[in-house]
Amino acid sequence: MDLRALGESFIAMLENWGVPEGWVLLINWLLGAIILLAIALLLAIFLIWFERKVAGRVQDRLGPNRVGPFGLIQPFADAFKLLTKEDITPDSADRITYNLAPIIAVFHIIMLFAVIPFADKVVGANINVGLLYLLAFGALGTMAMLMAGWSSRNKYALLGGFRVVAQLLSYEIPVGLAMLIVVLLSGTMNLNGIAQGQGGAFGLGWYVFVLPAVFILYFVAALAEGERAPFDLLEAESEIVAGYNIEYSAMKFAWFYLAFFLNTWVLSAVAVTLFFGGWQGPFADQFPVLGVVYFFIKVFIMFFVFAWVRATFPRLRIDQMMSFCWKVLVPMGLALFLGVAIVLKLGLPAAITYALLFVVNVVILVATLKLLGNYTKDLSHNKNKRLFAPELPRL
Amino acid sequence: MVEQILFLIIAAFTLLMGLGVVIARNLFHAALFLVGVFFGIAALFILLEAEFLAMAQIIIYIGAIATLIVFAIMLSKGMMGRESGAYNKQWYFAGGAMIFFFGLVSWLLAQMPFVITNASVPDDAIQQIGQGFVGHYVVPFEVASVLLLVALVGAIMLARERNS
Repeated sequence: MDLRALGESFIAMLENWGVPEGWVLLINWLLGAIILLAIALLLAIFLIWFERKVAGRVQDRLGPNRVGPFGLIQPFADAFKLLTKEDITPDSADRITYNLAPIIAVFHIIMLFAVIPFADKVVGANINVGLLYLLAFGALGTMAMLMAGWSSRNKYALLGGFRVVAQLLSYEIPVGLAMLIVVLLSGTMNLNGIAQGQGGAFGLGWYVFVLPAVFILYFVAALAEGERAPFDLLEAESEIVAGYNIEYSAMKFAWFYLAFFLNTWVLSAVAVTLFFGGWQGPFADQFPVLGVVYFFIKVFIMFFVFAWVRATFPRLRIDQMMSFCWKVLVPMGLALFLGVAIVLKLGLPAAITYALLFVVNVVILVATLKLLGNYTKDLSHNKNKRLFAPELPRL
Repeated sequence: MVEQILFLIIAAFTLLMGLGVVIARNLFHAALFLVGVFFGIAALFILLEAEFLAMAQIIIYIGAIATLIVFAIMLSKGMMGRESGAYNKQWYFAGGAMIFFFGLVSWLLAQMPFVITNASVPDDAIQQIGQGFVGHYVVPFEVASVLLLVALVGAIMLARERNS
């Protein structure tokens, strides 16, 4: 079954009914938007269950197991509970900003769904600037959290807001660099084009095999962009209680919760599209519907890794996290960018270029790890010194 | 026809937001209205099929500049939640400067011969912009980068600890 043909036959049917052309287009777009919205919201409910179950298993607990088979209905029960809870707005809160923040938080994530290619050419909006679009609307999330932190009139919420800016703005740079390197190699910013460029037999064309260090760079930075442990400083319970969303209750809190899980899913989907071939897989060319299946399987594996990391690692300190971004990830990203650009400029045949790119990636990754290792080894002799202590040059 | 209506809606939205920036009594609200203005401008770029410019507008102006403005307001002492009037002792001076600047821009726009064509936007517009940046316009592009670098170094110089 061809998803594309299904859409076209639907358009043809509407035209046969005598619907004017402009309206057909409008109905088509609205339907697409509603389908994407429904997918996003259904996904969120399943993702919450999935993540809780994974975290439970990793930490030797059971996870949700009371409501429905394997506790599958648990998120619905939670949603109903949140719906029936009292909606509290702090007296001194800035009402409009306070109410707008959760809306924007969910809005910007749902907007991101528009450019994700679920299968070949099955995209909400197949725009040429797909990656820039992801970065642009991803940046809106920062604004939503800042609004939430400021309008709550709570000092912990405000501290959470400060951390949002510090963390999300800093980690956007490694994410952007990783995306830029992929754009260098694929020659397009269209997400479907990037997925198409990773054909190759047996998945060897996947960029993760060509650019392993870039994938690791993206993955680590995405952990921070998704506010997930070990980088979940935004809601560090032991330091600032819950961060920017501390004053939110009932459904407004649920919106932030929803945005959090969907954000991780989108980050996984982007990782799959950029590095794991997107919808590519055996026979995906003949049966495009298989592409959707492959895409979702890959994204869920990726999401599982995100959940796994979150359930395993303890939280870093805020200064460690910031230093790690600026002193390790950004230089590594710049070195990778330079290396990849030089190799691509040599103009060698494809196979040799790919091999060289792989070598460059491994060399830079090993060098980064070696330097980091030496640094921590030096520190272990000097017990008083903090890891990644902020040091300013004496001028 | 549809485009004209859309343009009117977006332009009205942008202007309203701009008015909000000026008359908001709370500095934080003014910054949020500014985000609305940037959004309106991005929407206008999309209407002109300049997707790259629209995305750059959102990334740079909303993602970076507006966020930094809001951050600066949040860190400034006494700016949190304080209502401040739209007027102070310098209002006549500011008004004069504003009228002069508005006149200057209007005059420049009136002088400018805008070329209007029906040619559609090329498919490889992004590639052309990229080649323009590192080709024909490389000097202004690099000068702008150096300017930003200078600003960055300057900010660090101002903020560094002075314990000699």
